[in-house]
Amino acid sequence: MFGLSALFLARFQFAFTVGFHIVFPAFSIGLAAYLAVLEGLWLKTGRSAYLDLFKYWLKVFSVVFGMGVVSGLVMSYEFGTNWSAFSQKAGPILGPMLAYEVMTAFFLEAGFLGVMMFGLNRVGKGLHFAATCMVSIGTLISMSWILSSNSWMQTPRGYRIDEATGRFLPVDWWQIVFNPSFPYRIVHMGLAAFLCVAFIVAGVAGWHLLKARREGRQASEQVRLMFSMAMWMAAIVSPIQVLAGDTQGLNTLEYQPAKIAALEGDWESESRAPELLFGIPDMKNETTHFKIAIPYLGSLILTHSLDGKVPGLKDYPKEDRPYSPLLFFSFRIMIALGMLMVLVGLWSLYLRWKGKLYDTPLLHRIALFMSPAGFLALLCGWITTEVGRQPFTVYGLLRTSDSVSPIALPNIATSMIAFVIVYFIVFAGGITILLRTFAEEPHPDQHGPAEDQPQRAAGTTQVSHQPQPDAGMAE
Amino acid sequence: MTETAGFWLPVVWALLAATAIFLYICLDGFDLGIGILFLKEKDADHRNLMVNTVAPVWDGNETWMIFGGAALYGVFPVAYGTILPALYLPVLFMLLALILRGVSFEFRFKAESPMSKFFWDTAFCGGSFVAAFMQGVILGTLVQGIKVENNVFVGSSFDWFSPFSLFCGLAVVIGYALLGATWLLWRCEGELHDTMRRISFGLAGLMLVTIALVSVWTPMLHTTYMQHWLAMPQLALVAPVPVAVAVLAGVLFLGLRNPRSHLLPFVATLGLFFLCFSGLGINVWPYIVPPTITIWQASSPPESQTFLLVGTMFLLPLILSYTAYSYYVFRGKMSAGHHYH
Repeated sequence: MFGLSALFLARFQFAFTVGFHIVFPAFSIGLAAYLAVLEGLWLKTGRSAYLDLFKYWLKVFSVVFGMGVVSGLVMSYEFGTNWSAFSQKAGPILGPMLAYEVMTAFFLEAGFLGVMMFGLNRVGKGLHFAATCMVSIGTLISMSWILSSNSWMQTPRGYRIDEATGRFLPVDWWQIVFNPSFPYRIVHMGLAAFLCVAFIVAGVAGWHLLKARREGRQASEQVRLMFSMAMWMAAIVSPIQVLAGDTQGLNTLEYQPAKIAALEGDWESESRAPELLFGIPDMKNETTHFKIAIPYLGSLILTHSLDGKVPGLKDYPKEDRPYSPLLFFSFRIMIALGMLMVLVGLWSLYLRWKGKLYDTPLLHRIALFMSPAGFLALLCGWITTEVGRQPFTVYGLLRTSDSVSPIALPNIATSMIAFVIVYFIVFAGGITILLRTFAEEPHPDQHGPAEDQPQRAAGTTQVSHQPQPDAGMAE
Repeated sequence: MTETAGFWLPVVWALLAATAIFLYICLDGFDLGIGILFLKEKDADHRNLMVNTVAPVWDGNETWMIFGGAALYGVFPVAYGTILPALYLPVLFMLLALILRGVSFEFRFKAESPMSKFFWDTAFCGGSFVAAFMQGVILGTLVQGIKVENNVFVGSSFDWFSPFSLFCGLAVVIGYALLGATWLLWRCEGELHDTMRRISFGLAGLMLVTIALVSVWTPMLHTTYMQHWLAMPQLALVAPVPVAVAVLAGVLFLGLRNPRSHLLPFVATLGLFFLCFSGLGINVWPYIVPPTITIWQASSPPESQTFLLVGTMFLLPLILSYTAYSYYVFRGKMSAGHHYH
């Protein structure tokens, strides 16, 4: 019983820390790309509003990135503290990938972040833009490695298992890195990160549009510009994301059918399967209660044919089934949010065509309410894919219960409480600062992180007085 | 062929890992030290200035720690999977402290009320202190030895709570504070520079005392360590260390006494860190989890180590060069200056 609760706490702790962490890299990936686009457009067109927006969002980036670094630090040690059996067995494969992530991405991001944040007046415009691009490329490389290793846990390839130690040994790195679910996952996740940021930007712009309207004035050029950019993203990227999600679904059906059965709440494998709009899956009685179903739609969505065969949970032994009640809802919330994003995007296109994009308070209000929509969908999608991998850490090969460290319950309980307290303090602090930043309307001659604080300007005004020759060196 | 690869790859990786850890200690050492020095320096303008000397580079400094974790995981998974469970609580406290201190970099500048300013300043100082202390405890516990059977940690949750490892914690706090102080006396001028020069004398003295104590204490922990000090070829390697420490200590004090010397104290302190680190390394060699697991026993298969090594050969120099570039961009003395006078 105690072993079970230590396992449960270890899982809960991992879910909590990674769930907290995942928000920030996603935010950084999307925001770094947005910043690179803004700076690029500024250099190309010379329109100063782009620079103002760049500086405005740069302040946000500094907070988000820092929180990503520190919460990611935890992840790089948590595999060892709580999942040492997993680390020893899968370490030869996943460890090098994570190390490559740090070397190809983290150092790149951190190395150029200083220049990007505080260097606009220190290095030339071109070099500064290069630094911004490096940071953005770094976030994308990082995402690729982490999703590759995550995908390997879902669809392992290119390994052999050592008889004596039970370790996974690499046989073909190409197959390991480019395992079957990786291409689908990376597209889906990358688009998700862009949508997260698009809706945050839209929400902030929406708030300022509403505020300006209430005050009987026109919102600043910067606000309108960023609203327009965000709505373009919503209109173009959301529909593509639906397609990307659909193809990932087909891939999952091929490699992890039990996950599909669990997230659909289907118990019997059948052709012409209905799609459940609502239901309460019951793992014990092997049924789904209160079903509201649309005939044929399940087969149509999952197999793109009306009489395609859809898997049911009863095809799998009880101990191999993912927990359907959670998956069923996380999946549906993600889909619902995705559909809403598509609708907002389409509506914005129509309003733009009518020339009313900035004069439709209802759209601005919806954008405001939907600002966390991207992140909620991301978290739900992540729950769906990771809980759907259960009860395995390496799908079909290594059980979660065989992956955990020999940790004492008091240790993990202590760490859980400590993480919750510290993360809530940090999260509350971060949110407060972000909201305060957002409350300020972006305006002409926007201050960036460097000029914002006189203390920091000390670092940037140095151009004027050159470093003195160092006396210590001269000795 | 594989025989030799099986021998040399772990050796190369052990050296690379040691290099990464040493780089981490140097780089994050002085920025943790700055946090610790908040204990001494209460003036708000000075504090801001101190933080500004590292604001553009601290993310990169901390990345070496993430790299250490990831590399250990990939190259020595057995060490990763036994050291971390053994050091569960110290690692936990260190990570939480690093989180609090990391976000304080941004949060303390953006705090508006005096209350929240005070809170994040305390988090920055406390976080830096605890992180440094726990790093010392981790090092001490490792040197002292970890109970392992069949590649699984079998000791108790509080094995790390020993006089030796707690003393190592204190030693690291003092060492980092000295690194921070000498960094600041190099990067700042005026009153802050003078304060740091003054503090450095005391810290340098304390650091030398702790170095001496740890050096005497370590060989008494295990017979193997004792043998290292008495047998060849290790004796040849370790014998010059105390002499070199004495020489560098002399250089450090000379640098501190000479008001025209700005960079030298920092460099000398880094040198002292290097000597202590290599001294410990020679002691522990070839064990990665003393006293039972060697680097060869802890290794992942040659396929994994080779795969990572190929990339590391290209990436590490690249990383070092753009890190150096970033330091170069933000070079020179920092001053609160004319900006708000």
